[in-house]
Order: sequence, then structure tokens, then C-alpha cells
Amino acid sequence: MAPILDITSLYKNYGQTEILKDINVSIEPGDFLVLVGPSGCGKSTLLNCIAGLEPITSGSIEIDGRDMTQVSPKDRDIAMVFQSYALYPTMTVAKNITFGMKVRGVDAATQEAKLQQVASQLQIEQLLHRRPSQLSGGQRQRVAMGRALVRDPKLFLFDEPLSNLDAKLRVEMRSEIKKLHLNLGASMVYVTHDQIEAMTLATKIVVLKGGVVQQIGSPAEIYNRPANLFVADFMGSPAMNLIPARTHKNGSGTRIEIARDTGEPLVLSDPNSDLPSDVILGLRPEDIAEAGFRAGEGVQEARCVIDMVEPAGADTYVVSRLGGKQVTARLHAETKAQPGQPLNLAFDLSKVSYFAPETGERLN
Amino acid sequence: MTNFAPASTFNAGSAGKWRRAILRLILLSVLVIFALFYLMPLFVMVTTSLKSLEEIRTGSLVALPREVTFEAWRTAWSSACTGIQCEGLRPYFWNSVQLAIPAVLISTLLGAINGYVIAQWKFRGANLIFSLMLFGCFIPFQVVLLPMARTLGLMGLAGSIPGLIFVHVVYGIGFTTLFFRNYYVSVPSELVKAAKVDGAGFFRIFWSIFLPLSLPIIVVTVIWQFTQIWNDFLFGVSFSQAGTQPITVALNNIVNSTTGVKEYNVDMAAAIIAALPTLLVYVVAGKYFIRGLTAGSVKG
Ligand SMILES: Nc1ncnc2c1ncn2[C@@H]1O[C@H](COP(=O)(O)OP(=O)(O)OP(=O)(O)O)[C@@H](O)[C@H]1O
Ligand SMILES: [Mg+2]
Repeated sequence: MAPILDITSLYKNYGQTEILKDINVSIEPGDFLVLVGPSGCGKSTLLNCIAGLEPITSGSIEIDGRDMTQVSPKDRDIAMVFQSYALYPTMTVAKNITFGMKVRGVDAATQEAKLQQVASQLQIEQLLHRRPSQLSGGQRQRVAMGRALVRDPKLFLFDEPLSNLDAKLRVEMRSEIKKLHLNLGASMVYVTHDQIEAMTLATKIVVLKGGVVQQIGSPAEIYNRPANLFVADFMGSPAMNLIPARTHKNGSGTRIEIARDTGEPLVLSDPNSDLPSDVILGLRPEDIAEAGFRAGEGVQEARCVIDMVEPAGADTYVVSRLGGKQVTARLHAETKAQPGQPLNLAFDLSKVSYFAPETGERLN
Repeated sequence: MTNFAPASTFNAGSAGKWRRAILRLILLSVLVIFALFYLMPLFVMVTTSLKSLEEIRTGSLVALPREVTFEAWRTAWSSACTGIQCEGLRPYFWNSVQLAIPAVLISTLLGAINGYVIAQWKFRGANLIFSLMLFGCFIPFQVVLLPMARTLGLMGLAGSIPGLIFVHVVYGIGFTTLFFRNYYVSVPSELVKAAKVDGAGFFRIFWSIFLPLSLPIIVVTVIWQFTQIWNDFLFGVSFSQAGTQPITVALNNIVNSTTGVKEYNVDMAAAIIAALPTLLVYVVAGKYFIRGLTAGSVKG
């Protein structure tokens, strides 16, 4: 199938400042693309470029096979939820939501039906006659969503649409969006700072940093095989443990030494013989368990002194100092771990990532 | 008054109280003196316009009329002489109305569109154009008289009311653009973006989103423009002819064309009549005027 959105070598400058550099992204119809990255990395700018609200400096954007360079926003067949909501201040909620349909000449009965449907979906039926100034932040955000959802565009663009909702409502809205995506098969580009949103909604994640794409992949790829240290650190909460280590060739494999404050290093071994002498070893907290609770090919046990124990309901996180870093492990809730006491930990090296310390790039 | 509140917190004793009272007394006296100073001429004008000539000649300037008569008002309105004609201010009042209303509406509307474009549809050179328009606000009237006379002549509008409307619109656009531009820059640009995505075009966005936001600044602009145009004398006297003179010119003619005895009561009544519309506009819309001048943002 032809891609619904195809961005090739897109550059965007504001004056002399390069904001987006060589962006290449394409999504298939029905894809749910999630854009993540630290604040100021250019996510909103990219959405604005896709919508045609900001001119691009070079490169091209195609929507449904059609080059968009000369096409105005209203003819791109997109709907967008703005980060700042951008509700029309003098119109009621109902008018805000129906404005787009009115402009496009949709008949009144259809407008009304769509309005009611979206209002109930977003739980804002009782707010329809208010002005935006009489709404809370989360209510405004839902109205902004409503304005996009009444349309039936080729592409939805969402800029952090749930950031202002309380936890419960956020989960509900998240599943509404997921349903919308599954039922309509709509294609979406979605910006979020919320890891869980990114993981649960996306069919494809783009990680941006400083206007440069760091990695594009499925949520599982991004999570399990981060392309560099930035992605490894950015995705996942708590973050992946990134531990400096030295390696020595050891027969057909590699002996890995992680320095410890006690003097004696922590030694692990890896069948991979193709590693440089210095690496950063990346292991997610859930890939370090209490000895005896994890079995499998790559699991290796070692005795470590626990510095901190943090019960978190379903799990208990423990922190140990390895390679000069605070390393977090996710243990089961009933663990007997005590601060200051040693504990046997199981490291699952089948899930390990190695990064080059200088470039930060992935090695395995 | 609250300005003096800190003094009492410093100095809660009776000395502080006295100081406070004295300061307040001084403040009030100054205010009253200024108020009287400004009201005096108005008082003299109103009382004089209600006296008969006989009483003016014999009585004191500041005394209340012994016998109230509206004769002078009637004369000023319908039979005072402006040069050779003796029809009072009435025809000129209507000239001014016919001139001021379209000029105010057109210049306000153009200013709103200009301000909208400059604030929200940034294009190359927008700032330069805005600077030039600002510059236009400060060109003295006298400088444009001759070129404008020539332009009006070429347009075939010399000496006509449409010609005067044109002059006032051209001269007013600088100010009205400034007002609207400054008001619209505080409107978040995402509103335009959202409306574009919703499918609205340039005028649709202006009409459906910006105009409904604009009541305060429209009021400010209308008051400003109306006062300017209604009170204008120089353009009025330069670009009009016998039948098309605005009220300010007629007022001048009434006061200056003395045939025999000087009728102060008629002059005063005529002056008040000429000033009434601007007063009225201010009284009706004044509260929006203050609000509009101070309203920086239009959140929500
Ligand atoms: N109109 C503009 N002129 C100049 N620079 C701009 C403009 N708009 C945005 N920028 C810059 O572009 C960069 C990217 O901004 P953008 O709004 O796309 O970030 P973002 O990734 O959406 O951040 P956030 O997560 O905080 O919303 C920022 O450094 C910002 O300062
Ligand atoms: Mg943003």
C-alpha cells in the first residue's frame, strides 16, 4: 500500500536556526505514529509542517501520494489538536466543535449528530453551551479533541492531547483514542511526553532529539533495542541502567567487568566476542531480578550490596551501586532485600544492549 | 486615597492619623480646584447660552441666568448667519454627520483588516509597512494640504463630502491600523492555525474569529476617529465649499461674522451644539473606551 504520509529529507529553519534536520518518516494507512523527544526538540514544529502551517525549508511532504508543498492547510484533509488548544474564545463549545463542519458546508442535521456523538465520547455534553474561558484546562483539552474528532480526515495530528487530564480521565481518553484508531482505521501522528501513551498507542515510534531523528521503530524495537544511549535513557521509566564496563576476550566470548566501590569487580560473561574494550552496558530494571526468580539462557547471578529499597506496590525497586552508577533492579514485592545488606541478583544478559561510550551508538 | 495607607501602618499613633487626614485634605482641595478650573468655562458657556442678550450686557459673567431662555439655541440651530446665509448650524450639522459616519466606519474597518493582516498574516515587509503607517500618523496636517487638494481635484472629488470622507479615511488609517494591530498581536497565532485547519479562509477567520473579539478596540477606534473627524477644522475649511462645509467651519463663521452687535449667547449655544455629538459618543461608549485601552490580552 502507498504510504499515507511520506516525509523525505525535510529541513526546517527559523531564520538561521535549524530546527528540523533531514527528517525521513513514512507511515502506512492505519498507522499510529507517536513522536517523542525532549521539550524543544521540534515535535510541534514537525506537526505544523505536516499541516502546512509552517513553510518547510527543503524536502518534501506527501499525503496520500500527493505532494503537499503548494497545498494549503485546509486542502490537506487533516485534523489537528493543538498543544495550546487554540479554542475560539468567543464561540461556545458547540460552535467550536462544529465550526470546521460549518465552514465546509456540512448540513445542520449531520453537524448536530456528530456533535452529540463526539460530546458523549469525550464526556462534555453538559459543557456545550459554555465559552472556553469558563472551562478547566482538561475540559478545554477535550473540546480541542472534539474539534478534530468530528472531522473524518485522512490524517489526524495530535499535539499532546491528553497532557492536562487527570490520571483516570487520561486512561479513559487513551482507550477512546485507541478505539477510534482501531474502529476507523484512521492514520495518526501523535505527540506525547507520556511513555505509557507512547507504548500503548503507537504502531510506530519516532524519537527526536534536537531536530534529528534518533530512531524509528515499533514500540518493542525502541524499547528492547534502542539505537543509541539517548533513546535508551529517554524511553522507559524508570530508565534503562547504563553501566560503564570493561571487556576482555575470553575464548569464544567476552568477560565483562563492572567496577565496584568494594574493589572486587562484578564479572559477567557474554558469548558475543565482538565488543570493544570499553562499553556501556544497558539493562532495563526488569531484566535484573532477585536470584532464583529468573531463569534462562543469559541469566547470571552475582552478589551485590543493596543501597536502597523502594516498594512500589506491585514491585519493589532496589538500587545498588555498580560501575559508579546507581543501578535499579525491579524485584517482586515480597523481596527480603534490606538496605546495606548483600543480595544475589540475576542479570538477564539475553536482553542486554551495548553502546560505544564515545559515540553512544548501539554495538550489538 | 489608598496611596496614603502605608503611612498609617508605619505610624499608627494619632500623629499618623493627623498626617493622613491633612494629606487627604490637601489632595482633595487640589482635585476640587482643578475640577472647578475645568468646569468654569463650561459653566459660563451653558449659563450664557441660556441668557438673553439684554441680561448678558447688564449682568455678571458668572451669574446664573435670571430668566432661562432657549432663544439663543433656536437661533444657533436654525437662523444664525454664517456669512451671507442665515440658516443656523443645522445644514452644517448634517454635513458633519454625513461626513463623519462613513469616514469613521470605513477607516475603522480598514484599520481592522490592516491590523489583522499585519499582526496575524506575517508577510515579508510587514514590519516595514507598519512602520510607514505609524510614520503617517505623525505627518502634520499642513504638509498634506496641497498634495491632497491636487489629488482630490484629479479624482473629481474637490469640494465634495465624499472628498472629505476620503481625506479623513486616508489620514485615519494610520491610527486605526495601529490600534487594531496592537490589539491583535496579543491574540495567539494558533487561533489562525486552528481555523485554517478547520478550512476557513482569510476573511472567514477575520469575520468569525477576530471581529467578535474586537468590541473593546472597535469602541476605542470609533471614539478616537469620531472625535478627530468631527472636531477637524483644517481639512474641513480647506477641502469644502459653500454647501459642504462641516459644522466646525460653520461655527467659526457664526462667531466671526459679526453684523452689528455680538451675540455671545448664540455663539455659546452654537459651540455647545457643535461639541455635543462627541460628548454623547463618549458618554455612551466611554466605559468601553477605558476598558479597551487597558485590555492588553484577550485570553478566553
Ligand atoms: N516561531 C519560531 N521562531 C523561532 N524559533 C521557534 C519558533 N517556534 C519554535 N521555535 C523553536 O523551535 C524549537 C522546537 O520547538 P517546538 O515547539 O517544535 O518544540 P516541541 O518539541 O514541540 O517542544 P514541547 O515538547 O515543549 O512542546 C524550539 O527550540 C523553539 O524555541
Ligand atoms: Mg510542542
